[in-house]
Amino acid sequence: MVPAHQAGVVMRADLLGGTIAGLDDALAAVDAFDRVLVAGLLRPQPAQAAGLARLARAVAGTPLASPVAEAAGKAAAGAAGEDHFAALAAARTALLGSVHDALMTQVAEATGRPCREEPGTAPCRRQPANVLAAARSWLSDLARSGWRGLDTDVVSGSAQIISAMLPDPALRRLAVLLDGFAAELAASCPGAALERIPARRWADLWSRAMLLTLPGAAGAPVTGTATGRLLPLGIDLQEHPTAVQAQVHAVFEPADGTGLRLVRASVSVPKPDTVIGAGVWQLLRPHMSLLAAASQGRSMDLACMPVTAEGDLIWSDDHARRGEPADPFATARVVLPTAADAATAPLDRHPARIAVPVFVAGYAVGKDDDAVVFTVAGRPLAVDTGRIPAAGPLTPEAVAVSGACIGLLRWDAGSFSVQPLAVQTTGRKGAVAVHAGGWAGGTTDKAAVKAENAATDATSVLRERAGRLLRK
Amino acid sequence: MSVWERSSTARVIAPARPRKLAKVPFVELADGRLQGVVSSGSDIERVYVSSVAAGTYAYACSTNNNRPCGGARGSFCNHIRALIDDAVLQYGAERVARYLRVEVSDGEPSAQSIGAEMSTTSPPQGDTRAAAAVFSRFLRHLAYLELAPSTAPLPEMQWFPPTRPVS
Repeated sequence: MVPAHQAGVVMRADLLGGTIAGLDDALAAVDAFDRVLVAGLLRPQPAQAAGLARLARAVAGTPLASPVAEAAGKAAAGAAGEDHFAALAAARTALLGSVHDALMTQVAEATGRPCREEPGTAPCRRQPANVLAAARSWLSDLARSGWRGLDTDVVSGSAQIISAMLPDPALRRLAVLLDGFAAELAASCPGAALERIPARRWADLWSRAMLLTLPGAAGAPVTGTATGRLLPLGIDLQEHPTAVQAQVHAVFEPADGTGLRLVRASVSVPKPDTVIGAGVWQLLRPHMSLLAAASQGRSMDLACMPVTAEGDLIWSDDHARRGEPADPFATARVVLPTAADAATAPLDRHPARIAVPVFVAGYAVGKDDDAVVFTVAGRPLAVDTGRIPAAGPLTPEAVAVSGACIGLLRWDAGSFSVQPLAVQTTGRKGAVAVHAGGWAGGTTDKAAVKAENAATDATSVLRERAGRLLRK
Repeated sequence: MSVWERSSTARVIAPARPRKLAKVPFVELADGRLQGVVSSGSDIERVYVSSVAAGTYAYACSTNNNRPCGGARGSFCNHIRALIDDAVLQYGAERVARYLRVEVSDGEPSAQSIGAEMSTTSPPQGDTRAAAAVFSRFLRHLAYLELAPSTAPLPEMQWFPPTRPVS
C-alpha cells in the first residue's frame, strides 16, 4: 500500500517552514505603524513620526507612494484629515496583501493544488454616503486618541452609526465589523489602564473598517452560477458578541464536467449577546439547508446557485436539493487533492483571511506546553484548538487522539497552524469521525440541547419584552 | 511585541456566560456604568432602568415611565442588586469589578462582595437622567432580533474566531 503522503493526498506540511524573502521587513513596517496607533495621533512624538515614515518607505515605488508620503507627513505633524488616515490604512493593507500573496504561494506548494485565476476588482455598489462618512469620521477620531487614549466617550460615538448601518444589507459587512470592534474597545476602557494592547488586531480592524467606508469597497459581485454536486468538508463558525457566521467549506463538482473547485457557503446573522454557544445554530439553521446536510454527512445538488469569483456561493434553498450521503473524509482523501483553490479578491488579501481546506493524516500528536502539535513527516504543525467552537462536539481532547484531520490552514502572528474542522479516530470498532459543525443541523446531545433551549428562552423573553415595550 | 500583540485574532473579550433573562432582560458595562433593565416583580408592563457609575458608585433606579424606584433611597435597591448579580453571571466577577473600579479587600470578587464593597462607601444617589439613554440602548439591543440573516459572505468575521470558555 502506498503511504498517503506519497500519493499526494495529504498536505506537505514540511513545505510550510521555509523563510520568505521580504516578509519580516513588510511585517516590521506594519508593526511600526501599529505602534503609532497605540499612542494616537493627537500630539505625535518623534517615535511616531519615525513609525509613519517607515510605513511610507515600505510603499515607496508603488502607486501609493505619493499619497502615503503626504499622509505620513501630515499625521506626523498632528494634522491628518480623513483622507490621510484612509491613505495610511491603504498602505498597511497593501503591505499585508503582499504578505498574504507570499504565504499563499507557500500554501499552494504544500497542498499541491491549482489555484483559480485572480478575480477582477468589484464594481461599485450603491451605498448611502452619509453614514459611511460618519463611520470614517469616527475611525479618524479613534486614530487621533489612539488605543492608549480610549475612553467611553470616543467609543460610544460608534453606537448610532452602527445602529443605522445594521439593517441595510449593503452595509452589513462594515456594520458587523464595527459592532465587534466597538464592543472590544468598550470592554477595554480606559485605554490608559490596559496592561497590554492587541496592537496588530486593532490596527487590522481599524484599517479594514476605514477601507470599507470607501465607495464600492465592500462589493462581492455574483459572476456566475453553479450547477452540480456539492460535497461538504466541514463547517467553520465565527462569532462576536452580537454576530455569528457559519461557513461551509466544500468541493464543488460541476455538472458540465469542468474542473473540481473549492467553494464556501456562508450564513450570518446579527444576534443579541445573550444568545450564545450551541444556541446560535437555531438562528442560522432555517436559512441554509446545507447546514443540516453537512452535519448529516450528505451532499447537495445545486441548480443555478449564484457564485462569486472568490468561490462564495450566495446560498438560496431554492437552488439546492438534498443529495446522496457523502463522507467528508472520503471527499478529503479522494477529490480535495484535485480541486482548485478559490482566488481571493484584491481587498481581501490579508493573512488573517487565509483559511485553506487541507487534509492531514499519518501524524503523531504531541504537546508543546499546552498547545497540540501534529508531527507530519518529521515536521511539527501547530494545531489551533482555540478555534474549535464550544457549539460543537469536537474537542481538543478528540483532536489529541485522532489519526486524520480535515482542517483549515491558517496563518497568524508569524506561523502557520491548522484549525481542525473534523477528526477521525480509529478504534476497535473502526473509524469514528467527530465534526466541529456536528450540531449545525440539530442534535440530541444533552449539553447542546440545554444550550439550544437556553437560547430559545432568551429570544422568547426578549421578544416578549420587545412586544410590550416597543409598542409604546 | 509579544505573540499576542502581533496576533490578528488575539482574544480580547472573554465569552459571555449563559444566564436566564426573565428577571434582568438587559445588562451591560457601558458609558462608564453598570446599567440595565430589570423586570418588575409585580407588574408585567413595568421595567426598572437601573445603573451604578464606575468609580463613584452613584446609583439610580427608575421605571420606564420615569417614576423613581421607592427602594433606591439611601442604599441600593433590589433591582440594582439583581443587576449586579446578573452582570457577574454574564461577564464574570473580575470584569465587573474592574469596570466599576471596585477593589475587593479579601479573596476573589463575587456579586456579593462587589455589592457590599460599594455599599460600604455610602454611594451617592445619582440623577436618573441617564435612564432615557439606558432604555434606548435596551431598545437597540432588542432590535437585534429583527435584523435579517444573510447568505452573502462576511469576510470580516475571519477576525472573530470562537473562544472556548474556560471550564
